[in-house]
Amino acid sequence: MIEDTLRFLVENRQWVLTKSLEHLLLVCGAVLLAVLVGVPLGMLISRYPGAVRWVLSATTVVMTVPTAALLTLMVPVLGLLGGGLGYAPALLAVLLYSLLPIVRNTYTAIGNVSPALRESAIGLGMTPGERLRLVEIPLAIPVIMAGIRIAAVYNIGTVAVAAYLGAGGLGVLVSRGLAQNDLRQLLAGALLLGGLAVLVDVALGRLQRHLTPQGLREGG
Amino acid sequence: MIRFAALSKFFDTPDGSVVAADQITLEVPEGHICVLLGPSGCGKTTLLRMVNRLVEPSAGTVFLEERDVRNLDPVPLRRNIGYVIQQAGLFPHLTVEANIGVVPGLLGWDSRRIRRRAEALLEMVALDPALFLRRYPRQLSTGQQQRVGLARALAADPPVLLMDEPFGDIDPLNRISLQDQFLAMQRELGKTVLFVSHDVDEAIKVADRIAILRKGRLEQYDAPDSLLAHPANGFVAEFVGADRTLKRLQLVRVAQAMDPGAPRVRSEDTLERAAELMAEHGYDHIVFVGPRGRARGSLSLALARAERGTCGEFRTTLKTTVNVHDDLRTAVSLMFTHAVTWLACVDDDGFFKGFLTQRRITQVLSEVYQDPG
Repeated sequence: MIEDTLRFLVENRQWVLTKSLEHLLLVCGAVLLAVLVGVPLGMLISRYPGAVRWVLSATTVVMTVPTAALLTLMVPVLGLLGGGLGYAPALLAVLLYSLLPIVRNTYTAIGNVSPALRESAIGLGMTPGERLRLVEIPLAIPVIMAGIRIAAVYNIGTVAVAAYLGAGGLGVLVSRGLAQNDLRQLLAGALLLGGLAVLVDVALGRLQRHLTPQGLREGG
Repeated sequence: MIRFAALSKFFDTPDGSVVAADQITLEVPEGHICVLLGPSGCGKTTLLRMVNRLVEPSAGTVFLEERDVRNLDPVPLRRNIGYVIQQAGLFPHLTVEANIGVVPGLLGWDSRRIRRRAEALLEMVALDPALFLRRYPRQLSTGQQQRVGLARALAADPPVLLMDEPFGDIDPLNRISLQDQFLAMQRELGKTVLFVSHDVDEAIKVADRIAILRKGRLEQYDAPDSLLAHPANGFVAEFVGADRTLKRLQLVRVAQAMDPGAPRVRSEDTLERAAELMAEHGYDHIVFVGPRGRARGSLSLALARAERGTCGEFRTTLKTTVNVHDDLRTAVSLMFTHAVTWLACVDDDGFFKGFLTQRRITQVLSEVYQDPG
């Protein structure tokens, strides 16, 4: 069985590699968009406490919608804009799913900057922007990165399901494997998805350590 | 110069309005250290924070160099005021150099100038720049962090310094050395300092003037010695402590209290002459000095009257001496340690400078020095 699977992988390596890259690109692209939306949103709500409940509730509600349901929901919604199938629903779903960990971690991380440090920053004469740039963001980076890591790893699964809507990626192997009752293909898809998740987690872990200011690193 | 004019601050809490400052009027002259002293919750920190506009007053005005701080943009205002807080508040992700360089950086200094400034300031707070510039705050002890915090506050050479219990978290031994260092720096820099403390001994040591606060009210604003000698009311008397008279001992140097005209005898003087001198000055002991005037020993009145001969034959060695730069607390402690009622006061080279008796100390404590030091 394992042998068959491996043979399948070797014989179709070009195609499998394309699907893997497609998958990775889709997840990274969507998470990147979520970072561009979520990190500023998290910072914004840390400045306006009134908005915290609304924003966090909304992102939590999105998180509780099952993957299949959210993806299906995307089709008519995007259909109104002229593109109901393909990678668009996957991109949007991943973006929405990524918002909660990213917004919440950003908000928490900035909120966790100790009052003494915040007061120090204000007392030294930093403007709110300088405070964010020189103190709050550098101190929040480890926790924000942890949120991004969770979002990326979690959504490798989301994109796999999105293959049913024509998003491409490694989910294609799984869906075809199931449809054609081809256990080789199914297993190859599952293995690659797991491998990709581990790879992304390790890579983002490295990035997290690299971005963490030296003074905050363990034993550094 | 910092001046509070009828400054008031009320905080609204669920239990009603709390008064943090009630019509406070006081002035800190340029180059002076004013300590805001009082129990926790007396409003001393709020008062401090109204200077750099971390707290806005409910009524009244804070003047800095005769300008109403309300009319000043808070950002440049704060960059022009050194601010030291209790846990130092160093940024953990920045090196010591970068921490000190925060305000100069905001003011747009180039990196070489910031480096030079950081080195000079570390020297000033007794930390070796070669060792400390590139360290991170978590690699420093609390005392070292506080020194860096002080250096950071001084980075852009602000004329005014606000210090909120700067030495509160530090062990007693280190605290004393930090206070000494701070005072030595202040003698050179001459900053106008507002200093919050709840420690009476610290206040007496560092202050030119002390403001005693209770529940937002200014109870007394006075020089340390007047405060200890004449507490304005029961609260102040109780707060400075039942031992307030003993605390005053710290404020007076041996040189200020000793009798510089006290007699002395030399080896060749007769005992008769020694007895005469003692009687004339009303002492029952006399200090015996060497050929160049170093304190070498002593003779008692009883002995000088009982025996015949020269002082050199009968003198006894001194149990102890006190340095003229020491404070009276040290002198009294020496007296008790050695069970003596008088001390020979000497300079750094051991030359006899004066005579200090317990009676003289009692007299000093009953007087008030308007301008100690």
